[in-house]
Amino acid sequence: MKRLSVPILLVILFSILMGLSYFEVIDLYVQTVILFMGINIITSTSLNLVNGNMGEFSCGHAGFIAVGAYVSSILSVALFTKSRAFGPPILPPELAAYGFPFVLICGGIASALTGLLIAIPSFRTRDDYLAIITIAANYIIITAIINIDKIGGARGFMGMKRVIFAMEECAEIPWMVLWVFLFTVLTVIIIRRYMSSTYGKGVEAIRQDEIAAEIMGVNTNRIKLVTFMISSGLAGIAGGLYAHTVGYVNPKSFDLLKSTEALVMVYLGGMGSITGSVLSAVIFTLMLELLRPLQIIKWVAIPLLLIIIMQFRPEGIMGHRELGDIFPKLKKFYKFK
Amino acid sequence: MTRENLFSPSPSARITIKPIELNDIVLETFLQNLLNALQWGSFYSLIALGYTLVYGVLRLINFAHGDIVMVGAYIAFYISAALLGKYGMPQVLPGWAVLALTIPLTMVLTSLVGVTIERVAYRPLRRKGAHRLYVVITALMTGLILENGNLLLLGASRKKFPELIDKVIYKVGAIYVTNLKVGVILTSVLSFIVLHFIITKTKVGMAMRAISYDKFAIPLMGIPVDTVIVFTFVLGSAMAGLAGILFALSYPILDPYMGMSIGWKAFIAAVVGGIGDIRGAFVGGFILGIIEISVVAVFPSSYRDLIAFSILLLILTIKPTGLFGVPHTTKI
Amino acid sequence: MPLLEVDNLTQLFSGLCAVSELKLSLEERELVGLIGPNGAGKTTVFNIVSGFYQPTHGEIRFQGRKLTGLKPHQVSALGIARTFQNIRLWKEMSVLDNILVAQHYHLGYGLGGLFLRTPRYLKREKDIRNRAFELLEIFKIDQFAEEKPTNLPYGMQRKVEIVRALSSGPKLLLLDEPAAGLQATDVSELITLIQWVFDQFDLSIWMIEHQMKVVMSLCSQISVIDFGKLIASGTPEEIQRNPEVIKAYLGDDQL
Repeated sequence: MKRLSVPILLVILFSILMGLSYFEVIDLYVQTVILFMGINIITSTSLNLVNGNMGEFSCGHAGFIAVGAYVSSILSVALFTKSRAFGPPILPPELAAYGFPFVLICGGIASALTGLLIAIPSFRTRDDYLAIITIAANYIIITAIINIDKIGGARGFMGMKRVIFAMEECAEIPWMVLWVFLFTVLTVIIIRRYMSSTYGKGVEAIRQDEIAAEIMGVNTNRIKLVTFMISSGLAGIAGGLYAHTVGYVNPKSFDLLKSTEALVMVYLGGMGSITGSVLSAVIFTLMLELLRPLQIIKWVAIPLLLIIIMQFRPEGIMGHRELGDIFPKLKKFYKFK
Repeated sequence: MTRENLFSPSPSARITIKPIELNDIVLETFLQNLLNALQWGSFYSLIALGYTLVYGVLRLINFAHGDIVMVGAYIAFYISAALLGKYGMPQVLPGWAVLALTIPLTMVLTSLVGVTIERVAYRPLRRKGAHRLYVVITALMTGLILENGNLLLLGASRKKFPELIDKVIYKVGAIYVTNLKVGVILTSVLSFIVLHFIITKTKVGMAMRAISYDKFAIPLMGIPVDTVIVFTFVLGSAMAGLAGILFALSYPILDPYMGMSIGWKAFIAAVVGGIGDIRGAFVGGFILGIIEISVVAVFPSSYRDLIAFSILLLILTIKPTGLFGVPHTTKI
Repeated sequence: MPLLEVDNLTQLFSGLCAVSELKLSLEERELVGLIGPNGAGKTTVFNIVSGFYQPTHGEIRFQGRKLTGLKPHQVSALGIARTFQNIRLWKEMSVLDNILVAQHYHLGYGLGGLFLRTPRYLKREKDIRNRAFELLEIFKIDQFAEEKPTNLPYGMQRKVEIVRALSSGPKLLLLDEPAAGLQATDVSELITLIQWVFDQFDLSIWMIEHQMKVVMSLCSQISVIDFGKLIASGTPEEIQRNPEVIKAYLGDDQL
């Protein structure tokens, strides 16, 4: 029972979400908000791996999201749909539903490789220098996209809605709800498994005392590299999901403001806490939507609210703890490692 | 894309250049561009100085700094508009006198804004022993509040900064130099010299360096840390205010988001110079200015960030501590 | 063949000579000491041996293998472990996790195995965990397994650090001032502990120590360095009588 409680809960949640969306009990707007929650969970938990667990200060997460978004969008549009930029579909559109996860993963791999490029110069530098490297990388990625005319440049790239339509040819179900749910759960499992392994505990060791870690036999450079690549790869998957949820991407939507949002979610949740990152992603998404009627006031109210929250909880919502650390009794009912 | 235009450095657009000999063109373009680069670099330098001061003392990346520059520009706008008789005050002063009054007033008011932010947002967090990065996030949020708060209060209409001094064009050899350009460059050099003097020769400057060296021992030595921190914010924000005025004089259209991009870039300049060292910030600012103008001179301007940041990353890869930074030695 | 050979080791720090032409060697199953006045360069020697500094000149061989040019984690994988002067445990991790992470050199699974939870991964993780518990039990600190090191008394932290070093299965254990900051009663306990470790585990121990009581009662051989130079070596009795050593510690005109 203890072993099964988390999977059962997830299956129930999944069925409810799919059912509600399928029978249109919740409209497209609510659906999109829920999808954004999932995408934000991937964004914040993946950034948390580098900023929270490893203790680095990466500020350009949106750059990796952009790479994933563009690579998977281009692939899916070129493979499964007829488009002006890439001509007729390369594969039969009926395959879209099966091919989509691979396309997403390709986007993730592209982001991970970008992360690799950026992680290498960061070895030789100390703490805050990674901030610069990632900010600069964020700028570089965006301007690079702007300058590639084939994928729309500054105008952006679209056509992903047609990929969704192609999937719906196959079966008339809310596909994006399925994919976002699946990959969100997968992300959390991947990060949880990574951090609970002895290998992943090396990441914590690096944050607490990098020199001791290296001398006690932890290959710090390799762990930094692997962790950075996992983090950026997952961000790329978040990007792919985002692009296909919205149906349109624009380089401007991946600027430093987006990176700032990711940072806020990580630190609001508490550095190094997966539960915290999930919670803060949900809260943050809700906050953005609930305050929408305020229009421009929203953009003053949200930062102000966050500053106030941080004054009261200067270590974030969860601190460096997980759900089980706060409610030890709950541990009796679930096992999640 | 008016915002893009605002940042693209083309201040010499209004100057008409007489036909000249062909063989001089290369050299002339070079010198003209160099001058533009120095002017553009002056803004980065002034802003980077503020970043580096606060970072050196508090190890805090004050991401709100770029927006404080914006606040400075708006403060300068309202002061000069008031002095020019816009709000019912009689206009008695000539343009140059207005400018002479606006500069110190803006610097004072901007530093007040900076100190207020420190008192209200940063200090309580520091007192609670929050992780350093939470203060950085607060700084990011403060920046957003300044930008959007401004938009909320003053509306989306852009402000046109008044021309306070008549443009004078000097002809030096074959290149044309405006009084404004010379003024901007000289001001930034001068403020660096003053700042350098304060940091190295005065008591409070020594206290600033001491805190950056060892923040635990300093209170034990009887140095009032909070006072020194406030002074640091005064200096940094005053520089930001000055940068705001100069920027507004050179590119007279103000908008609430003008500080964001230039602030991020100035921070990168400060790091390339070696953050924590004011010489580094000063030189780094000019380097970024020169790189950006050179890129725009050769490539389409949409490539500016791409190439400029790649070069900066290259510099950091070769010299990870920045140009003036010293490698940090760890003792075990 | 000696276990560790230090040959003509020189370390310059921007002109300052921290270690100069040091020549030393360590046999297998030996418990030896390195002493010298403050700032003599003892810790620097350890830092070079553990790969944290690359020496300016000279060479270090461990079981005949050249150590120079290796990264610290590679040196650790070859079988050299150490403790630190000012305890450097990972403070926010449990004692158990501290011991687990120190076994990084022989995890024996890849990332694929980790994410897929392959049987091999599960077995290796179990082995590593068992080994950690075994060590904790041997040293009778298994009741603190889930405790954070900062919650333990100082003496206990020292012990945990020694256990952490042992968990990587070293053939050479470097102890950097293990008695620093301990109370007199704890010091005698520490002496028993080190002697016990030396008897129970198949390894050599090389320690830096200021407290003569510790060095004299434990070490069979002692080397003395001053200003980075080897000034004497021999048995504890020889060292105690050596005029050079007395001069280095007490100055010229004393005694």
